[in-house]
Amino acid sequence: MDSIAISRQQNSPATGPRSEGSTGSSSATRHASDGDHMIVNLGPSHPTTHGTLRIILELEGETILKATPEMGYLHRGVEKLGESLSYQQFIPLTDRLNYCSSIMNNVGYTCAVEKLLGIEIPKRAQQIRVLVSELARIADHIVCVGVNAVDIGAFTAFLYLFRQRETVYDLFEMAAGQRLHTSFTRIGGLFRDIPEGFVPLCERFLVECEASVDECERLLTHNPIWHDRTKGIGAISPEDAVNYGYSGPCLRAAGVPQDLRKAQPYLGYETYDFDIPVGTTGDVFDRYLVRMEEMRQSLRIIRQVLDRLEPGPVNVDDPKIALPPKEKVYTRMESLIHHFKLIMHGMEMPVGEVYSATEAANGELGFYIVSDGGKNPYRIRVRPPCLPIFSSFHDQVKGCLIADAVAVLGAMNIIAGELDR
Amino acid sequence: MIIEHIDAQLPAAVTDRHDFRGDQTIVVAKANLLALVDLLHREGFQFLVDITAVDWPERPNAEGAAAAGRFDVVYHWLNLASQERLRVKVPVADGETVPTLAGLFKTANWFEREVFDLFGICFEGHPNMKRLLTWDDFPGHALRKDFPLDGGDPFCMEGCTAPYNNGERARG
Repeated sequence: MDSIAISRQQNSPATGPRSEGSTGSSSATRHASDGDHMIVNLGPSHPTTHGTLRIILELEGETILKATPEMGYLHRGVEKLGESLSYQQFIPLTDRLNYCSSIMNNVGYTCAVEKLLGIEIPKRAQQIRVLVSELARIADHIVCVGVNAVDIGAFTAFLYLFRQRETVYDLFEMAAGQRLHTSFTRIGGLFRDIPEGFVPLCERFLVECEASVDECERLLTHNPIWHDRTKGIGAISPEDAVNYGYSGPCLRAAGVPQDLRKAQPYLGYETYDFDIPVGTTGDVFDRYLVRMEEMRQSLRIIRQVLDRLEPGPVNVDDPKIALPPKEKVYTRMESLIHHFKLIMHGMEMPVGEVYSATEAANGELGFYIVSDGGKNPYRIRVRPPCLPIFSSFHDQVKGCLIADAVAVLGAMNIIAGELDR
Repeated sequence: MIIEHIDAQLPAAVTDRHDFRGDQTIVVAKANLLALVDLLHREGFQFLVDITAVDWPERPNAEGAAAAGRFDVVYHWLNLASQERLRVKVPVADGETVPTLAGLFKTANWFEREVFDLFGICFEGHPNMKRLLTWDDFPGHALRKDFPLDGGDPFCMEGCTAPYNNGERARG
């Protein structure tokens, strides 16, 4: 608790938190006094915020009266930068959105550009995209559940799960050469095919991860302390969840069976056999259960992908979109010209606008791209799944204790890189 | 399907429409927005996915013109029952306000704040029209096309007039 700054109320009116530096006379930690109110500043650098964000809590005793989230500490202007980069160059920026599952952002973005181009990628590329997406979903849920448990005080579960996350990152390193900032996809396919040794390690991971998920469930699911800390905390009705724009595990925990992989299938998700776990109350415990079950379902999908993976190309056979193979660039004039044209002039984009959404680990990750036919997108918008979820934070923690606010924040899985863009 | 319902119940509200790669888009005037939103809400479009804006600095910026204005405010709706998506665009001139949807959709609260922050479009009736991502006295609005790409000098800028890339976008 040492990084929580506590100050007693002062006799000056509350001001906008951001204006404290400019006005100087009044700060956010001061508040008009009536009774025993206290302002507690959670963040911007606090172990439970997992990223730089700040929540100003107004307390009476230990009960939260008001929570004012403050964000923008990680705002890098990704959408602005996208307007000056070519479509291909934007991919590394998507890594930095939800950095716990960057491959899913790569997949979501390239799917949007492919929708704009109106192309379909080869089957093997689709399967590998599904494979790495589900691996990333597991990694993301491991971080969310494990860290949420740590915040609440259950350290062991975190360690059991994090071993599996290491394996996922080893797999990403094999495939993309990078553990975190993968940049694995390309418009029209993938950076490269998965290497030898990927599938055997993945097979081993399937077995070990299943066991780890079971172990974690044995530690938490029937643990009375875990129940005390999570049940009924952050409960939300399905109507409110939809009204707030919830998506992903948080929406499904509230009882709305909305999953874009089933509802609006992409990348051939309709051909895989998997279930959508749905909760009833939407509280932290339900969100935990939904995430645990989703990890199992993701393992099921990965198993099916491995079973049907067939050799084939991983990029579209269109030299106006995908770069030709290097050996051809060095030996054939045609390929050299295509390579040069693609690098220097970019792709020929149609004029138009598309919105494409994929089911990322946190919920609906949407990309809205407006093209004027130029080399760069005219406007590129990222619809982050956790921004609408985070906007409900005040309603979620009103009347709770600070410890509950920490539990709710963890279960929302707020990733500041995606929140602030 | 929803477009036929809109045409039937709000005739002449839709000033333009197109369908590109399966994305249905309609353009409505600002005055018809609230009536349309009410209709959409009744028709099952209860999931407001996103609100954003697009800056078109070359467009005529006449106040009150029907289909003109510098900005497009872009709304994305999803019907959870039928999984139908709809994009609604509202042209707005610089300095004009748009009615807020924060009363009907709680998710609009922060999305509208973000649009205000990055484009400088005000939403009328919004409960808390403050910047979301940048700080309160940040000069200018970052996603406007005339805002410099390098951020200019945000700490002691005299207005944000520096053109980015000499006012031209790189083209292929």
